Order: sequence, then structure tokens, then C-alpha cells
Amino acid sequence: MTKKKTRAEDTAKIVFHVEDLTKTYHMGEVQVHALRGANMELYEGEMVILLGPSGSGKSTLLNILGGLDTATSGLVVYRDKDLTKANEQELTEYRRFHVGFVFQFYNLISSLTARENVAVVTEISKNPMSPDDALELVGLTERMDHFPAQLSGGEQQRVAIARAISKNPQVLLCDEPTGALDSETGIVVLEALERINRELGTATAIITHNVDIAGMSDRVIHLSNGVISEVNINKTKKSPGELHW
Amino acid sequence: MKGQVFAITLVVMSGVATFVMFISTMDSLEYTRTKFYRDYNFADAFVHLRRAPESLIEKIKDIEGIRQAETRVVAQVKLDISGFNEPVNARVISIPDGGKPLLNGIYIRKGSLPDPAKDNEVVISENFAQAHNFNIGDQFAAIISGKWKKMTICGIALSPEFVLLMKPEAMSPDFKRYGVLWMNRKALSEAYNMDGAFNSVVLTLQPQARLSDVLRAIDNVVGKYGGFGAYGRKDQISHRLLSEEFKQLKTSSKIFPSIFIFVSAFLLNVVMSRTINTQREQIAALKAFGYGNYDIGVHYAKLVVLIIAAGLISGIGCGIWFGHILGDIYMAVYRFPYLVYILKPWVIIAAVFVSVFSAMAGTLHTLWRAAKQPPAEAMRPEPPAQYKVSLIEKIGLGKKITQPSKIIMRNMERKPIRTFLSIIGISLACGTMIASGFFKDAVDYMIKVQFVLSQKEDMSVSFFDLTSRRAAYELQQIDGVQYVETYRIVPVKFINGHRSYKTVIKGMEPDSRLQFLLDTNLNKVTLPSSGLMLTDHLAKILKVRPGDKLTVEFLEGSRATREVTVVALVKQYLGVTGYMDLSSLNRLMNTGDSISGAYLVTDKNKQEKLFLEFIKTPRVSGTVVRANEITNFYEIQAKGMLFFTFIATLMACFISFGVVYNNARIAFSERSRELSSLRVLGYTRGEISYILLGELALITFIAIPVGFVLGYWLCAYLAYALASDLFRVPLTISSKTFSMAALVVLVSASVSGLIVRHKLDHLDLVEVLKTRE
Repeated sequence: MTKKKTRAEDTAKIVFHVEDLTKTYHMGEVQVHALRGANMELYEGEMVILLGPSGSGKSTLLNILGGLDTATSGLVVYRDKDLTKANEQELTEYRRFHVGFVFQFYNLISSLTARENVAVVTEISKNPMSPDDALELVGLTERMDHFPAQLSGGEQQRVAIARAISKNPQVLLCDEPTGALDSETGIVVLEALERINRELGTATAIITHNVDIAGMSDRVIHLSNGVISEVNINKTKKSPGELHW
Repeated sequence: MKGQVFAITLVVMSGVATFVMFISTMDSLEYTRTKFYRDYNFADAFVHLRRAPESLIEKIKDIEGIRQAETRVVAQVKLDISGFNEPVNARVISIPDGGKPLLNGIYIRKGSLPDPAKDNEVVISENFAQAHNFNIGDQFAAIISGKWKKMTICGIALSPEFVLLMKPEAMSPDFKRYGVLWMNRKALSEAYNMDGAFNSVVLTLQPQARLSDVLRAIDNVVGKYGGFGAYGRKDQISHRLLSEEFKQLKTSSKIFPSIFIFVSAFLLNVVMSRTINTQREQIAALKAFGYGNYDIGVHYAKLVVLIIAAGLISGIGCGIWFGHILGDIYMAVYRFPYLVYILKPWVIIAAVFVSVFSAMAGTLHTLWRAAKQPPAEAMRPEPPAQYKVSLIEKIGLGKKITQPSKIIMRNMERKPIRTFLSIIGISLACGTMIASGFFKDAVDYMIKVQFVLSQKEDMSVSFFDLTSRRAAYELQQIDGVQYVETYRIVPVKFINGHRSYKTVIKGMEPDSRLQFLLDTNLNKVTLPSSGLMLTDHLAKILKVRPGDKLTVEFLEGSRATREVTVVALVKQYLGVTGYMDLSSLNRLMNTGDSISGAYLVTDKNKQEKLFLEFIKTPRVSGTVVRANEITNFYEIQAKGMLFFTFIATLMACFISFGVVYNNARIAFSERSRELSSLRVLGYTRGEISYILLGELALITFIAIPVGFVLGYWLCAYLAYALASDLFRVPLTISSKTFSMAALVVLVSASVSGLIVRHKLDHLDLVEVLKTRE
């Protein structure tokens, strides 16, 4: 814990540097300003919660960080790489080797078993862990040969997490990972994320509109109306087991 | 869904267009033929004889069952046409002086009937006139009974007797070298020494008369006047060829549209089931509002009808258009004064009914499944798809397969019926292509066997009358003739119990160097010194096998009847004939050393000189140049074949495009979410394209060999269905036809693949991830 605090102050260990980031969508004739000049940083090994109501721009921010979307203006630097200048091919490579994603609706391949869903990623990674190890980290050793249709929602989300971390990514981006789950199952999923952050030191950013989850992170970044309105540092992190909602 | 509707429209259009084209062309030709026959009193029966006094007609008219009878003089003549230095043959037919014939009337296209006061005016057949660019007033010479006579064209005409004009022994029509002339009876009789006599009778029968009885009675009456055997309309050459063509058209009109209808029903099924599945919630909502299953059924039925309406309308339009083109192609060979294009209402009704019905049948099941669900259940999204480990992996081949490949295989196995139907759909397209290419292959093969492997002469020369073999030595003396072999052709009737067949026996020289008889494997069969050989198809008709005895009734000379043993069979694709050793044939007929013609090998440089010589030789009735026969055969076949191949290729493209594109689109919409997820995980565009297009490629690659097999079956069926005594279609398909079929399928599959690839490249990653399945 103390180690992380010092890291947070060490600018050399920055994973993401975001500066004056804006994003404008054209929805028909209406212009939607999803981001209006956001500034933030994400440090190695830390867990950050991006908190905000719907429409605050948190998903847009995460999508740009993950190389799924491009910014209208501003700067996003991943380590030494300027993502705002990256082309389609570079973004694909960036997603392939550096980022792990977890989504609200799991997005598993229904024709593949849990193990194979992980293997989908390990097959194309440079330095992956084995699918079995990844699934063990999320506590699914017993269910490895099951197809998504045979798994519960929480189990499916844990497969998604195993898939995301199996490539040993520098950063794990989670968009409402518990959004489709009841609180009990949600906590199991959060425990998996916490364990990975702790054991592998993967920088993790979790989007949520659920204030109660914020307690398990190192920092909480509040978004509203397309800008970062507030950043809180948690002096004492709660374990997921202590959370309630 | 726009692209899919378009693809279905194309397939429905193809089916309806071919259906309408074939049926309407057939109906039009049949109707035109009937009308022409009726309006111009086409005879029911015919008999030719050497010569009989005019008074004999009364005896013929007395035969029970005969309604009308008309005598004629028919002469085989040679023509001398300035500017065309080859012997030209014509059949001259008498018409009543200054009047129209009672039977087999002639339709005057241009000019008029011959002036009864003039003996040098002729009416000529239209295709002959066109082949030589003849017009009213043009002149040529006719050599009638050795006398050279200048003729003036006074009219150009058509006759129901010569809708298809072909020299009796020829394999294909040759409008340049064979024509029909009509002359006044008096003028022709004088020139042909037939004053007060006739050598041909045409008849119509009473409605209740039995043709076979009448024919027998006629033969009895004319027998001693050198009758060649009376025959009915069905044995009349022009009528017979026409009937064969109609039969072929009927077979095609059954096969090809059925394929298209099947494929379009399948496509509609897939598209509709997908549409209905995505609209489960709307269906549930409608039901929740109180709509009944019936109302919902009607709603989707309307959708189906709308989707196929465009295909139906354009299909009927194209069908009519193609029908006209096909009709014109037939009209170039088959001469009717006009083609009455008719499209019977039932054709349209049938087209509409069959397409709507097959489309409905294709969608009913899915609709039923959607409608019977309780609204509350239907409003929930469909549960995640159930998958299993694929068979290929189970048998241990899965170890080294990548995950994307596993996705492909499991998807194919999860919907086995759809995969199977897709494969069948594409292979049908492939098969259609093979069937269309097959026609050309078959004609090529027929020509190879008939004109290249079996015949080696440069030209054949036929004589007006039976001639002594000495004529061969005379031919040998002519400058330019290098080698001579003789032959004899005798019209006969083969009889085996109650089966009989009229054809000819060809007497050939033993160890012939110019004429070969071949077996099924194209090996030469040696002509035995005695006994009869038959075309295999003729043996089938007569139900005889080698070793059996056959009764042969000679329809010439003494008209003797003999028992002859069938010693072997010969494989032949054109015509049906008996073969005998020339001397053996002459012995059997007691005709000494007679021949009816000779095969020649000639000096190419002196061919023109030879032709002039033959025009002058009274004995020579005509020549057939083998190279011309091949050209003519191709020319007649080519136009129809090219058009047919073009249509079939177009249709096959539509089908394979329709099937592959629809598959791709459906797979795309079913899997865009998974594919987007993979893109998010870092898969490249190429890698996700592999999953979707790999499946399509795999289906296509499986479908091609299956299509080869289906195509082969289709051709085998066509060969079987089209076989007639005029020709048998050899079941031979060239590797070029197979490759072309595969290529067409691959190209149309690639085009639809590219369209889908374009869509894959524009997947909206963010949008897909936000929504729930």
C-alpha cells in the first residue's frame, strides 16, 4: 500500500497521461460533447475507479484509453506512445499486446469453451500465461470446459477477466464489470479483479456509476459533464468483501 | 436487409424467367406449328413410289379411312447456280397448274405462284433463297432427268412439310446446298417424264381412321408401282425433328426452373427465419396488444410476398424477353411463316403460385415457432446459443486447430441443416453450369465420333439411281480423285415380333479405309462378311441382341423380305442404321454389283474442278463435303447453345451469389458482436474476416465437388431424357466444363465475400459492445 503511494508520485511510472482530451460526436444534426477537456494520469500497478453518472463521459474516456475510439483533440500518451496519432493498425496492435478489456456484457464467444475463450487471446499474444493459469486466478479451474451457455453470469464475467489478463497486459480496462450482476456475484467478480491487481500488479481502471465500489480502489476519479471534477485518494482500501450495495 | 432482398430477387427472377422462357417458347412453337399445319392442310400420311398412272388415285381414295388424297410429282434435281460452284440438290414438288395444292399448302412470303402458261417459273423455299440471296426474277439452272433447264424465281415460300429442311441422309441442315422448289405440275411432269403419272401421294385421314390400317392398305395398292412404304406424320422428317426439339425444351423447362425455385425457397427460409428471430420482441408486443397468431401470420406472409414480388415481376418480364429471343433462334432453323408468341395465363399463375408457395413453405415453420410462443417468453432475449465440440475435434483432429478455426467448425455443425442447404444451393449452381457446358461437350464429342473418327473421306457422291460398281472406276479416272470406296443405301423395315422400325441398311466395303464402325470404347469393329450390324440404340428399340434373327423388309426394288442374323452392335450418337458388307447386302437382295454412291479422297486443290465435273455428270445427284457437315452441325447448334449457355451461366452466377451472399450477411449479423469483441481483443481485420469468410470459403470448397457430382447426375439425366432415335447425347463432360463451373462459383462467392469484408472493415466496435445481445 505504501509502495503504491510513492509510485503515484513518481512521474516516470505513468501508464497513461491524458491532457485536454475532447471528444465530440455527431448524432444526426446534434453535436454531443462527450469529453470537454479531461486531464488525468494512471500509474503503474494502481487501481482506479472512474465514477460518474451516465453521460458523464467515462465510457468515452475508457474507449479512447483502450484504443477503441479516437479523440477529437487533446493528448493521450500510453507510456511513450501518443495514441492520438496512432493509425488503425497501430491501435489494433496496441489492443492486442498491451490492454485487457472487461465489459458489462462479458462478450464471450459462445461457440468456445471457457478455456478456449481465453486461448483466443493467448494464441495471438507475445508472452501470455496459460489459459489454465488464467482461469485458476479467477477461480474457474473446475469450469474450464464449459461453454458460455452453461455458465452463470458471474462465471462468464470471470472468464472474461481471465481472458483479459491472460496476455499479461500492462493495463486492464473494465467497463461496468458488475453492471449486469447481482451484488453477491458482483463481489466475487471484484475479488477476482482485486486479486489480479494485487498479485500481478496490473494497472486497473474500472468504470462504474456505483459509488459503493469506489472504496476498493487506490484513487477515485469523478467525472461529470465531460470533465474530471474531482480526484480522491483512498487512504484505506476496502476489500471487495467489505462492500455492500 | 436490402442486399439480401436483392439477392433473393435475383434468384426468384432467375427461376421465374427460365420457367416462363422455356414454357412460353414451347407453347408458342407448338401453337404456331399447330396453326400452320391446320391453316396449310398438312398431310397425315405420305407415300412415295416409282411411277403410277394418275388413274390409281381413285383406288387410293377408295381406301377406308382416307378423307383427302392428292397426287404429286416429286423430283430430286441438281441445280447449277452461277457463282456457286458446288452441286446443289433440290427437291422439286409439283403444284396444281395455276392453283394451290389441296394438301401441304404453301405460304407465299414474296412474289406469286408460277404462271400456268410458263413452264420455267419456280417458287423456292425461303431459307434456300436467303442462303443464296435470291430474289424474285433471279435465275438458275435445274438439271431435271439430265436436261439442263433455266428457271426463273417467281415466288419465295414456306410449307408445313419443310419447317425443317434437311437432306434425307444428311446429319444436319445445309440451306446452301439443299432446297425445295415448287413447279407447275404440267411443266414438271414434262421435264421429268411423268406425264399422266405421279410418284408421290399425300393424304389426310378420317378422324376415326386407324393410321396403321390405312398405311397397310396404301402399301397394298401402290406396292406394284414401286412404293417405298407409306408413313405417317410422325415419321415425316421435318415433323419428327420438330417434335424432338419440343421434347428437349420440355425436359429443360422441368429441370432448370425447379433448381431455381428450390434455391429461392431455401434463401427465403433462411432470411425469414433470421428476420423473425430478430423480431421476436415485436411479435410478442403485438401479441400482448391483442393481435392473434393469424394476424401476425398474415403480416409476415405479406412481407414474403413483397420480397418475392419484385423477383416475380422482373422474372416474368425477363422470361417473356428471353422467350422471344429463344423463339427467334428457333425460327432461324425452323421455318414458320410467323411465330405466334403466346404466354398462357396458367404459366404466370403457376410461376406466381410456385414461388409464393415455396417461399411460404420456407417461412411457415419459423413463423409458427415465433407465433406459438407466449408473449412474456418471447419478450425475453433469446438464450445464449448452445454449442458442442465439433465432430472433427472429437475424432482427435482438433488438437492443432486454432480457436478461430474451431469457431468456424462449431458454427457449421451447430446449424447442420442450414450448412447442408447452403452446400446444396451452391452445388446446384455449380451443377447448372456443368449442365450448360455439357451441351457443348456433347456436341463436340458427337462430332468427333461421327465426323472425325468414323469418317475419313473428303466428300461423298450419291447417284440418282442404283448404279453398277463400274461407276467407281469411272470416278477413279477423274483428275483430282485419289481414292474411291463405294457404298449402297437401301431403305428397309426391320421387324422383330410386334416391334418394327423403318430406316436404312448401309452396305459398306470390307476393310474400308474411309468408314469405320466403332464400339462404345471407340475401338474399331470389323464388319463381318455376312450378317447385320445395328446401331446400339436401334437394337434397344427392336429388343434384339447379337445372335438374334431379325426380319428385314426391303422397301426398294423387289421388296423382298429376308431373315438376317444380328452379329454385332455399333455405338452411334446420330441416327439409327443397319450395316452390312456391301456384297453380302447385294447377294441378299439379288442385285448383283449395285452401289448408290461412293466416298472419295480428293486433291484439295482440285476440289472446285471436281464440283464442276459432278454438276455436269448426269448420274451424280449430289455431293456431301464432310467439312461442310461439321460446320453446319455446329452452326445450327451454336446459336441455341450459346444463348442457353449464356442464360445458364448468368443464372448460376445469381444462384451462387445469392446463396453465398445471404449466408455471409446472415452470418455477419449473427456474429458481428463476437467479431467486434475479437477486434477489441486485438484481432486484426484480416483475422476476423477469416472466421466469417473462412466458413463461407469452406462451404464453397465443399460445395464444388458436390456440385461436380450433382452436375454429372444432371447431365446423365439430360442424356437419358433427351435420347431419341435421331440422336443420343453422349455423357461426356470435359475438364474445361468442370473448371468453368468451379470458376463461376468461386468468382461469385468471392464477390459476395468482398461485399461482406467491406462491412467487416466498418464494424463499429464501441456501438456493439454497449448493447446487449
